[in-house]
Amino acid sequence: MKFITIDKKNWAKGIEKSRETYRLFGPVKDKNGSFIRDLENDMLPDMSCNDSVLSAKSVLFPQTEKILFTTLDESQKDHHIMKRVPGDSAKRAVLGIRPYDAKAIQLVKLNFDTDDYRDPYWCDAYEATTFVGVGINKPGPFDFSTAAGTGPFSETGLDVLMADLDNAYLAKVLTDKGGAFMTSCGFDTAADEKESQALFDILRKEAEKNISSRIDTDKLKDKTVLELHEAPFWDDIAFSCINCGTCTFVCPTCWCFDIQDEAKQKSASRFRNWDTCMSPLFTKHATGHNPRDSKTQRVRQRFMHKLKYFLDKYDQGIMCVGCGRCVKSCPVNIDIREVCKIMNSYEKKE
Amino acid sequence: MDTCIQKIREIAFQLLDKKEVERVIGFSNGTIPMATSPITIASKQDTEKLVFNSTCGLNLANYIRQQKGKIAVIAKGCDSRNIVTHIIENQVKRDQIYIIGVPCKGMINKSKIKALFEDEILKFTEDGETLTVESSLKKEKLNKKDYLRDNCRLCQHRNPVIYDVLAGEPVEEQVLDTPYPDVEKIAALDADARWLHFQELTKNCIRCYACRNACPLCYCPTCFVDESGPQWVGKGQDKTDVNTFHFLRAFHCAGRCTDCGACAEACPMDINVRDFTRKLNKDAFDMFGWEAGLDQTKRPPLDAYSPDDPNDFIK
Repeated sequence: MKFITIDKKNWAKGIEKSRETYRLFGPVKDKNGSFIRDLENDMLPDMSCNDSVLSAKSVLFPQTEKILFTTLDESQKDHHIMKRVPGDSAKRAVLGIRPYDAKAIQLVKLNFDTDDYRDPYWCDAYEATTFVGVGINKPGPFDFSTAAGTGPFSETGLDVLMADLDNAYLAKVLTDKGGAFMTSCGFDTAADEKESQALFDILRKEAEKNISSRIDTDKLKDKTVLELHEAPFWDDIAFSCINCGTCTFVCPTCWCFDIQDEAKQKSASRFRNWDTCMSPLFTKHATGHNPRDSKTQRVRQRFMHKLKYFLDKYDQGIMCVGCGRCVKSCPVNIDIREVCKIMNSYEKKE
Repeated sequence: MDTCIQKIREIAFQLLDKKEVERVIGFSNGTIPMATSPITIASKQDTEKLVFNSTCGLNLANYIRQQKGKIAVIAKGCDSRNIVTHIIENQVKRDQIYIIGVPCKGMINKSKIKALFEDEILKFTEDGETLTVESSLKKEKLNKKDYLRDNCRLCQHRNPVIYDVLAGEPVEEQVLDTPYPDVEKIAALDADARWLHFQELTKNCIRCYACRNACPLCYCPTCFVDESGPQWVGKGQDKTDVNTFHFLRAFHCAGRCTDCGACAEACPMDINVRDFTRKLNKDAFDMFGWEAGLDQTKRPPLDAYSPDDPNDFIK
């Protein structure tokens, strides 16, 4: 069954039923906007709210995650030997994830799941998760996702894509995982495949037409790293930056983390926390030397990574899905669209 | 206030033209509604980029340290008080800074305006005391005075306290019978409710440190939260660590904070960080009759010993 109609009257009941199998995550309204949170007890996802302040990356990559632990009690045989925090392979589903956030998870996967290394924490969580997205009928003014290789009805990285039809959801089941989730909800009203796909196409086109914000990235690939790195515009771009990490924290594709050990009496834990290249500590060596000591270097690093290094390394577009969260949240209004424009149109003067 | 921009541009143009300063630090238009961005200008042709309106809520005193040569800076009342604090704390020399003072009628509370709309704001314009705000669903005409930031509503130093030139006529200062109603409200709660208030306040903090980094007072080369040998505070999302950051940062600002509101303005989570600092400002005023940044010749109360200090322990 490829398309399923879900009457909104049955939505809550179905979601409740899925809890027998799944732990649920979804958007929840809070003081300053919505957040993707663990939907405890009988909390329902707020499917109508605007885009979440932070992205959905935290479902697989929490801001703080305990990864290893040990005992410092030397009378114990295994003292000081780090052990993995028992993995949680229980099934979970993210409801109402935005298509660009799902695409972002695929970009983050390039880092956490490679031929050489597999990050067990991220990958285990990824495998246990079903992504139930909802198309964005009315993209906001900050959305430039279509220019960043995704879009309001993009299917990449999703297991189910739903279209909001006022009184009902029309769900397009994209993977077996997605099918299993629908079954667990008891959603089984099949919709005509051809008609449904036509409707999706119309909605997608309408939504994409509403996107007025864009970036051009076509010339980035042909420029050399050094050309951009040595370009004269970085001081001006960086001047207003206060080097908070807001842009990196709200970003769905920023994947950097820091490892911290904490001990309390005889027990010790190792955590990983989101880190940010905006902080001088990010690159500070134990010797005290800091290869990225100035604000300009740090700001340049963020944009070069997103718009040049990533592009060159993976050949899968830029490391940005056009959600616009960093544009919205930056306290000094540094706008990645403007920076991209400057980088893309830069011609080195001979 | 928007009328003073021509004057600001003229002054900036003259200063750069006569090479009296190397650069001018001010605000430029943002790329999204209700946003302006700090900018530095070195050429007189660029003075057209300068803007000044009710969205210039950051504090430009945060941008004047460690600059080479003489610079000019645009300063509202609070910015000027932070420049005074910088001078007292030897962060800048008075003769290195040319202060273009701007009498200020307050900056707008962007979150409060955003909260009026279900969708994103597409357009924001300001005409005197009237704000016009538009989203795709509706258009609102607002009275600016109803949408001022809390610190601006309670501000008693709207005119710059120090300047080389004023870019507008001085505005009438507000005289308030109760300058700290917010602090009194929190203080009236019992201990448990007060604790809950602060727990709730920091609940969504992501430790991006935008509050600290937007604050002109927070210029320590290494902040205590960033120290690693020894490490004073855990770096994760543990509640105790998050709160430790906020509590200690507030204490570091005691007797120095001008309530400019840059911390709350910068916070991406809309945390009213001022709930921490305001109590200390009130204490500094009640105990020492002190308001930060008003006088270049006086040491701040926590920086000096005085025989008539109110506390017993010191005598």
